[in-house]
Amino acid sequence: MQAAIYVENVSHKFGERIALDSITLQVMPGEMYGLLGPNGSGKTTLFRMLCTMLPPDHGRIRLIDKNASASAVRANIGVVFQHPSLDARLTVLENLRHQGHLYGLKGRPLSQRIEEVLDMMTLTDRAKDRVEVLSGGLQRRVELCKSLLHHPEVLIFDEPCTGLDPGARRRFWDDLDILRRTYGTTLVLTTHFIEEAERCDRIGILDRGRLIAEGSPEELKRTVGREVITLETRDPKGLQLQIEKIVRRDIQIIDGQVRIACDEGQQLLAQLYPLLQEKVQAMTLSVPTLEDVFVQRTGHGFQVEDL
Amino acid sequence: MRMAFWLPVVSLWRRELVRFARDRNRLFGAIGQPLVFWLLLGAGFEKSFAPQGIASGYLEYIYPGILLLILLFTAIFSTISVIEDRREGFMQSVLVAPVSRIGLVLGKVLGGGTLAFLESLIFLIFLVFLDIPISIASLGLTLIFLAVMGIALTALGFAIAWQASSTAGFHAVMNLLLFPMWVLSGAFFPAEGASRWLAYLMAINPLTYGMDGLRQSLYLTTSGANTHLWFCVIISVAFAALTLSAAVWQVYRKEK
Repeated sequence: MQAAIYVENVSHKFGERIALDSITLQVMPGEMYGLLGPNGSGKTTLFRMLCTMLPPDHGRIRLIDKNASASAVRANIGVVFQHPSLDARLTVLENLRHQGHLYGLKGRPLSQRIEEVLDMMTLTDRAKDRVEVLSGGLQRRVELCKSLLHHPEVLIFDEPCTGLDPGARRRFWDDLDILRRTYGTTLVLTTHFIEEAERCDRIGILDRGRLIAEGSPEELKRTVGREVITLETRDPKGLQLQIEKIVRRDIQIIDGQVRIACDEGQQLLAQLYPLLQEKVQAMTLSVPTLEDVFVQRTGHGFQVEDL
Repeated sequence: MRMAFWLPVVSLWRRELVRFARDRNRLFGAIGQPLVFWLLLGAGFEKSFAPQGIASGYLEYIYPGILLLILLFTAIFSTISVIEDRREGFMQSVLVAPVSRIGLVLGKVLGGGTLAFLESLIFLIFLVFLDIPISIASLGLTLIFLAVMGIALTALGFAIAWQASSTAGFHAVMNLLLFPMWVLSGAFFPAEGASRWLAYLMAINPLTYGMDGLRQSLYLTTSGANTHLWFCVIISVAFAALTLSAAVWQVYRKEK
């Protein structure tokens, strides 16, 4: 099967700062692909490239088909930005109509299509309201309607749930499910929420401009091991050395905590018990998350300080 | 193809008008300040300023200048939004749509230009208080100048706003470039009475010809058309074409 999106060896610099470093990835048709990474990891730069706003310094990005011009690509993608792109002074209907015009839609077909998407997002009764009176969650749904008008083959989102309360966030994901069921649209989204990445078919994890892991969330978590032990202590360095002597392998310190990925967590804890009793304030034994994948591959915590 | 080009242009143009109509502050903002300027300056310089051939004094002399100032203010108001719109607002979705960049600029600039034109029309009502004989020809030519200069100034504002990184930067350009351009257009004082170097500056200022053309159009009935008037028309249209091209160039440049 031919991929919907090819990103081939893409690199980009802003001045001296490397924003993206030889990224290669593919997104298959109908797939929901998440780009997960902390702030500054390069995911928004990649997003801007995917939606034709920024040409890469090096490498190639191919959407839809090999020889598509920028404007052909634009006609086939729907984009939802992190910052609202609605005109707050216009009504929902006026915003959608304007958006349709940008894609050459007009008259009866446009009105019908607007009705259709408003209905799908259960916004029909808000059509005449000005956008400025709608809640953040409703505005997001209007943004989604806006991106759907022209039946795009690929939808691209940048941090779609930033600033939404948990209820609105859940609702947004339900909407995406409806969309995928109805149209089988290919979705690409950037996020720094682990829980959102978990819901994707496949994810690429970005850190400081590099793609450090790619695969389905399950695959990725499996690479960490079956369990993760986290130990809170006043002397992480000392504890790390002592544990390494006992278990004979590398142990990481992340954000002041000692972290051990393993397959037999309970056995290991039993083995370490005497040591832990005297040095450890708190311990957790948990199933790995994507955050653990990130930590394992990068050696640092997910919430990267602003550089 | 033709249709596909004009549909977004018209839609963008209409958006400017609808937004404007829903924002009363803007309606009065762009006309209030020039009006106050006109009355204060006109009354203030009444006795100390005696330009040739103008019967009712400074209030009348500066009247066409105020028309130009209204165009300038409206142009600035309607393009300043571009700065944030482009990064975190409405323009983002226009940029990822299959809309020609020329169409984008045209829609926005024609929209802003129309607003500038309409605002200046309101101010044109004050003509009844001035002793300027008006004919259809003089009014028609005046309207043409107002439309051309409205588009030129909006396009200039657009070109500046598109590459500005903050509204503060835009204000700096406004104070250091746009406002002095207005002062040195002959709106405020004629070049004949100014010192030599200033007169040179005024001669290379493209707004001077828009200003002069506007003034001559208003007095067309008494002084008649001459070659200098047509020269003003040519320079003003060329200025509008130049600023429009600069605006389009800015949009293309920032995509690289």
